[in-house]
Amino acid sequence: MKAAVITFPGSNCDRDLAVAFEAAGAEVVRVWHKDTSLPEGVDVVGIPGGFSFGDYLRCGAIAARSPIASAVAAHAARGGFVLGICNGFQVLTETGLLPGALMRNAGLKFICKTVELEVATADSAFTDGWAKGAVVRFPVAHHDGNYTVDAETLARLRAEDRVAFRYRANPNGAMDDIAGVLSENRRVLGLMPHPERVVDPVQGGSDGMGLFRSLLGRMALA
Amino acid sequence: MKARVHVMLKDGVLDPQGEAVKHALGTLGFAGVEGVRQGKVIELDLAAGDRAAAEAEVRAMCEKLLANTVIEKYSVEIV
Repeated sequence: MKAAVITFPGSNCDRDLAVAFEAAGAEVVRVWHKDTSLPEGVDVVGIPGGFSFGDYLRCGAIAARSPIASAVAAHAARGGFVLGICNGFQVLTETGLLPGALMRNAGLKFICKTVELEVATADSAFTDGWAKGAVVRFPVAHHDGNYTVDAETLARLRAEDRVAFRYRANPNGAMDDIAGVLSENRRVLGLMPHPERVVDPVQGGSDGMGLFRSLLGRMALA
Repeated sequence: MKARVHVMLKDGVLDPQGEAVKHALGTLGFAGVEGVRQGKVIELDLAAGDRAAAEAEVRAMCEKLLANTVIEKYSVEIV
């Protein structure tokens, strides 16, 4: 199983994400934002947290138009897995691979703390290692995590069971307490909290490993 | 030719920054501010000579990059 982790100018969770994929058993290749294609045989693309291009214009907006972005879109269109965390989630909404937008936190402050999340669906390669309703603890570290979507799309996300994670205590004003959403084919996941920051007990928790193990387990069967 | 693009949050999308500015204005004693919406102005210098073509091109830029039409609306002014 091969995972590609993309680095943009300003990414700062790219190495953590690579380490998490490796710990779960993946072979990891690092990809630069100016690359125009993904390496052969990539099963999952990881879009890391941090910042990208100073988050000028809007968070993730410039990254979503960078050369590698079209290769990621093509990978998703082929049914490939994509995982976008924090800034990576913002990039995925800006590319249109996921619906909605991430706005400034309702309280206007940067939030950096560990939060409790409810696994809102177990029906995805990312979450099938948990039972629906399981509670996990992941850190959040963001200024723009206030998930916003029009009423019609929100109704659709709920009807199609595409909310992957919900905050138990909403920190940022996100609609319907949404912390992470899935694409229509359930193979693209974007979430604001950082599972890659809790993959080893020395980090203060290992709940995040559940996500990487589920994903790698699913790909091993494929 | 210059173009000026105004990008604003759509009506009905909560603008936390505008709310904070409104609150601060109230604190400063400016009574009667009933609403504040904060947006962006983007100025472009264009090589195009034709007004209509320039406007069409800037609109395409707004759709593709300058505005996120999920949450934002825009207007284009050729000056």
